[in-house]
Amino acid sequence: MRLAIENARKTFGRTVAVDDVNLNVAPGEFCVLLGPSGCGKSTLLRLVAGLEETSSGSIRIDGEDVTHKEPGDRDVAMVFQNYALYPHMTVRKNLAFPLETRKVPEAENRVRETAELLQITDLLDRLPRELSGGQRQRVAIGRAIVRRPKLFLFDEPLSNLDAQLRGDMRAELAMLHRRLEATILYVTHDQIEAMTLATRIVLLNRGRIEQEGTPEEMYRHPRTLFAGRFIGSPPMNAVAGEVKGGRFEGPLTWPVKAADGPATLGVRPEDLQITDGPWRGVIDRVEYLGAERYLHINAGGIQIVVRVGPRGAFRKGDEIGLSPERVHLFPKTEPKVV
Amino acid sequence: MKGAAAVIVLCSVAPFLWFGMASLKGPQEIAQRPPTLVPRHPTLEGYRGAAEKGIFGWMANSLIVAAATTLLTIPLAAGAAYALSRTRIRGRRLWLGFVLAASMFPQITLAHTLYGMLQAVGLVNTRAAPIAPYVSLTLPLAIWILASFFREIPAEIEEAARIDGAGPLRILIRVFLPVAAPGVFTAAILTFIYAWNEFFFALVLLTRDDVRTLPPGIATMPGQYTFPWGEIAAACVLATAPLLAAVALLQRRIVSGLTSGAVKR
Repeated sequence: MRLAIENARKTFGRTVAVDDVNLNVAPGEFCVLLGPSGCGKSTLLRLVAGLEETSSGSIRIDGEDVTHKEPGDRDVAMVFQNYALYPHMTVRKNLAFPLETRKVPEAENRVRETAELLQITDLLDRLPRELSGGQRQRVAIGRAIVRRPKLFLFDEPLSNLDAQLRGDMRAELAMLHRRLEATILYVTHDQIEAMTLATRIVLLNRGRIEQEGTPEEMYRHPRTLFAGRFIGSPPMNAVAGEVKGGRFEGPLTWPVKAADGPATLGVRPEDLQITDGPWRGVIDRVEYLGAERYLHINAGGIQIVVRVGPRGAFRKGDEIGLSPERVHLFPKTEPKVV
Repeated sequence: MKGAAAVIVLCSVAPFLWFGMASLKGPQEIAQRPPTLVPRHPTLEGYRGAAEKGIFGWMANSLIVAAATTLLTIPLAAGAAYALSRTRIRGRRLWLGFVLAASMFPQITLAHTLYGMLQAVGLVNTRAAPIAPYVSLTLPLAIWILASFFREIPAEIEEAARIDGAGPLRILIRVFLPVAAPGVFTAAILTFIYAWNEFFFALVLLTRDDVRTLPPGIATMPGQYTFPWGEIAAACVLATAPLLAAVALLQRRIVSGLTSGAVKR
C-alpha cells in the first residue's frame, strides 16, 4: 500500500487547516503526524480517511485517486481518540460490523482470530460500557484490523489512557505493526509516542510540514527552531541573538560557522556539561525526577535548562559553569514584507 | 434527600390516589362528610356510568389523534434535530430560538384562524382536525429534546460506521437510531402525552360526540343539575392509566446512559 498526498489543502471558512501538504507513505511505514494542537494533523488524517473533503489537491491510495471517494470505498480503517465503539453492540458485533457491511465470508473466523491476536476473546460478549479504557481501545484496534485494510489511520489513540497503560499499548502497537506488516498513518501530539513508534515522523506546524525524517534525524538535525523545540523534553534551550564574524552573540556567545545576521542558538538540555565555563549562571530551581534532574539556570539574563544525572550536589543559588557539547544554529528568516 | 423525594412523590401521587379511590365509591359515600379515604363499599358503578357516557369512544379517538400526532411529529423533529445538531449551520442557536418561539403563541390567538382554515378544508369535526395543530405545537419541544440528545451522541460513532463501509441507511438503522433510542422515546412519549391531554383545541375543533377526544369528553360529563363525581373520577383513572402504563413500559428505554462506554468523556 502506498499513500500519496499531493498539494492537499483544506480550509474551513477563512481558516487554513491544511496548507499545501505533499506526503508519501511507503508500504509498511509507520508514519507519525506530529504537532501541537491546531497544527492540522488531525484534519490531514481525516482528509485521508475521507471524513473531510479536500479543498484542493489529491489523495491516492495504491495509485488510485480516492480524493472524492466515500470513506467506506477507500479501504482504510481508523481508530478514534474516543474509541467510537458502537455502544449498543457487543464486542463481537463491533468487530463483525466492518465485515458485515462488506459481506465478507467467514466473518466469524476473522472475528475470532482478531480477538485472539488482541487477547480480548473473553470480552466478546460484553458491551463497550462494561469494558475498561484499555479494553475499549483494544476493541477499537480490533475493529480496525479485522478486515485487513490497506491503510490504518490512528487519531491520537492513546491519549485517553493513563501513563502506564499508554506504555503497554505503545509496545503492542509496535508489535502489531510488525506482525501485520501494516502501513500506518498515526496522529499524535505526544513526541514520545512519535519517537518510539515511528519509522518516520512528519512534523506539522500551522497546516504545513515543518520537517520530516526518522526519529533520529528529527532529534539530531532539526531544521527549524520549532522542530528543535518540539522534539525533546525538556525542550531545547533557545538563545536569541545574531551572528557576527563567526561568533554567535547574544546573552551567551559561542563560535559558529554561519553567515552574519540575526539567529537563534539552540542547545539541548542534555548537551550542556557542568564545567568551569565558558557560560556561567546561577541555579534558580532544581527539579528532581529520580534518575535525572533538571537544573533551571539563570545565565546571562535568560533561563537555561540543563539535564544532569542523579550524582553530584546542586542547590538553588549555586553558581556553576556550563559548556555546550553540541549546538544548533537557526538563522532567522526575515518575515516577508507583503 | 430521601425525605424530600418522599414529599415530592407524595404531593404528585396524592391527587391521583384520591380520585383513584373516589372512582370506587358510590354516590352516597362520595358526598359524605367527613370524606373517607379508602372506600367502605367499593363499587364499579362509576366506571359503568363513564362507559355509558361514551368514555371508550373518546379514548379511541384520543388514541388515534395522539398516535397520529406522535408518528408525524417524531420523524419530522428527528430530521430537523439531526440537521441542527450535526451540520455546520450558521446561526444554529438562532434557528433553535425560532423553533422555540413558535411554541409560545397563546393558543387562544391561534384558535380563530385555525378554525377558519380547518373549516375551509372541511376538517372541522373530524379526528384529523386536531392533529395538524398538535404536530406544529409539539414539534418545537420534540426538536429541542432530540437536538440536545443527538448532540450528546459523538459524531465519531457515525464516522466510524462510514469508514466501516456502511451507507446512510445502514448507519441510520444499525447505528444511529439504536443509540438515539432513549431520546426518541422521551420525545415520543412527551408528544403523545401532550396530544392525549390537550383540551382547548380539541374542545374548539371537535364538537360532535363521536369524534371527541378524552379531555373535552370528560368536560361534557357533568349535567346541568348533576355532578357525577364517581363517573368523572373513573373517567380520569381511565384517561391516566394508559399514560402510566406507557411510561412504565418504556421507562427502561427512556432512561438514558445507553451511550456510556461508547466513547471516553
